[in-house]
Amino acid sequence: MMARMIATIVQTGFRSLRRDRVAFILSFVLPVAFFTIFGFVFGNMRSSSMPRVSVLVVDEDKSSASRALISGLLREPSLDAATHPKPTKGNPAPPDYTATTAEAAVRKGEAPAALIIPLGFSSHPISFGPGSSRLAFQILNDSSDPVAAQVLAGMLQKTVMMSLPATMATAGSQYFDQEIGGLTPQQRQQMDAGLAALRRFQDQQSANAAQTGSAAAAKSTTPDFSGFVSVNMRDVVGEKKRSPMISYYAAAVGVMFLLFTASGASGSLLDESDSGALDRVLSARVTMTTLLAGKLIYSMLLAFLQLTLMFLWAAGVFHLDLFTHLPGFIVMTAATSFAVAAFGILLASVTRTRAQLAAFSTLIVLTMSAVGGSMFPRFLMPDAMKNVGLFTFNSWAIEGYTKVFWRDQPVRHLGPEVSVLLVSGFVLFLLARWFARRWESA
Amino acid sequence: MCAVTSTPLFIDAVRKRFGAVTAVDGVSLEILPGTCFGLLGPNGAGKSTLIRSIMGRVRPDSGSIRIFGHPVSSAAARADLGWVPQELAVYPLLTCRENLHAFGRYQGLRGEALDNAIAWCLERAALADRARSLVKTLSGGMKRRLNMAAGLIHRPRLVVLDEPTVGVDPQSRNRIFEMVEALRAKGTTIIYTTHYMEEAERLCDTVGIIDHGQIIALGSKEALVAQAFGSRSSVTMHFDRHQADLSAWAAAHSGTSQDSAVHCTVEKPSEIAALLDAASRDGLEILDVTLQRPNLESVFLHLTGRELRS
Repeated sequence: MMARMIATIVQTGFRSLRRDRVAFILSFVLPVAFFTIFGFVFGNMRSSSMPRVSVLVVDEDKSSASRALISGLLREPSLDAATHPKPTKGNPAPPDYTATTAEAAVRKGEAPAALIIPLGFSSHPISFGPGSSRLAFQILNDSSDPVAAQVLAGMLQKTVMMSLPATMATAGSQYFDQEIGGLTPQQRQQMDAGLAALRRFQDQQSANAAQTGSAAAAKSTTPDFSGFVSVNMRDVVGEKKRSPMISYYAAAVGVMFLLFTASGASGSLLDESDSGALDRVLSARVTMTTLLAGKLIYSMLLAFLQLTLMFLWAAGVFHLDLFTHLPGFIVMTAATSFAVAAFGILLASVTRTRAQLAAFSTLIVLTMSAVGGSMFPRFLMPDAMKNVGLFTFNSWAIEGYTKVFWRDQPVRHLGPEVSVLLVSGFVLFLLARWFARRWESA
Repeated sequence: MCAVTSTPLFIDAVRKRFGAVTAVDGVSLEILPGTCFGLLGPNGAGKSTLIRSIMGRVRPDSGSIRIFGHPVSSAAARADLGWVPQELAVYPLLTCRENLHAFGRYQGLRGEALDNAIAWCLERAALADRARSLVKTLSGGMKRRLNMAAGLIHRPRLVVLDEPTVGVDPQSRNRIFEMVEALRAKGTTIIYTTHYMEEAERLCDTVGIIDHGQIIALGSKEALVAQAFGSRSSVTMHFDRHQADLSAWAAAHSGTSQDSAVHCTVEKPSEIAALLDAASRDGLEILDVTLQRPNLESVFLHLTGRELRS
């Protein structure tokens, strides 16, 4: 008897699900869609699609050894090295980076790290132990990207091994002379002949890289050699910040939940439609545009309060410097709140039931959050995924908050982020108004 | 362009189709000031579509509707029109006062006028002592009264009450009747739809019966009864079970059948004996016989072949 009852309950559940077509489809499509999206984002991250670290290279030595090293860095697959800014129409041949311009570029967020090859590098390129007279490379680092500087340091060691065989052999010979007492004339003659061959090989590689002119085209397999260089790292952005990633995650997590909240808040439209309150309101002197504007402002204020609470918490618990960044915070929070509120209104206008709204908002919000950097730092994403992320609110909001809290940039530098958020919010609201015609007279 | 008139509602040849279904089929209607008009019709007859057309929530395919001379979509019409929908169209998480405040603002009220309107509505709906109660904590009858009060907050000159007593207890129903009667006493014009014939009998001056999208009868209660039955009385005979030949038998005696009942009319009570003889002769076993003066229910049944609540 009990088994039959249970069977009937199960049967009723499946029948109901089958007749709610949207719920039925979403029950099976949603998980597959998520799996596909996350598989695309994270599953394809083989070495060939790993994000390349952008690095600015400053050549203060301007020697054949430093040029050889730069050509090696240009060939390195995991680095996106540049010795000068990208040409523009106004500046078709920009000058090479100097230590000053490279540091400024890192501060502005154009690259997470810069490498300075010091003057005198060719005289003391490598050494085989501590206390030697070698010069140290300098890496200028934006510590909001904790990976870039470490990758660069490692790749520098590798590149030296790969691209400076003659330099290393010469240094080895000198080390041998210094520690062992020198070679016989015959041994010296053989050593010099070998070094000359290595130097020709090294120069040829350098010349090839210079001719191709681009990092991507210069990539090629080369025989490995070994060597050692000294590196000093210096944080040029956020050196005084106590918690490098707090502002990133306050924005990242905040925006993701804002999107959920805005969708839920806008769902009151569907509730009021079901209860008949919407009909009553629209039969009064309230127009649909007025109604949607009211809902938009409500959602926007709710989002603003949520983000404010989030950042206040970050300030209190994680020492985020909120109060010296208030203007930027207010501008970014207002723009972000407007955009997510419009997004919520659009979802409510498009969907027919609360169940549909919940399903669609979960799918879209989690996808935007994954691609836009709310779940996984954008600097670890492949370039293609970073570009896709530009179609999400999350990435623009995160970038704007990073400018405010990490780079200490003034409000006027938030133009791109604020513009994108405001314009896209406005477009979404217009779309919502168009879809909301279904609630007007039948 | 239509001049402002004192006619609360003027409907001219309104037609509305939804796909292949004609919901309203050329309805014309004029309601006089200060009267209570009962709109009756079986389910699916087009009643709701007509009401929603009057409220501007359905756009007719053809024809026109004017409220005191104004098109229904105009601000002037909206100001003159109040709507009490079938559904409990109030905010469950707001208090009674907050609901009335919101709907008052939606109607353009503010300041002292709004405060006075809220107080008036709370008193009329007998909810003054529950003004600060959340709607979700109210009884069904209280919610209905609040639903009605929200439609009256701006003191409209024409009020549409769409089945306002559905699911309420007798006490709340009486309170709603009192509210309707008070509105009438103040000269408000009322359109009242209901599935309860006794409500229409009690409250309405004129009645329109709609079926298949058309107004099939229109007039005062007395006129409708006289038009349908003259001076005849209604006889209802219940038989022991549904019998296939009942409809033919009823037709042979100028009546109608429904399930196991046959409705006929007689000029004089003595004609009942002839009906009983005929039934006995035809082998039909009668369980009971009722004789009554025709009323709206009889008219409705006579015209539509259905009971109002079927």
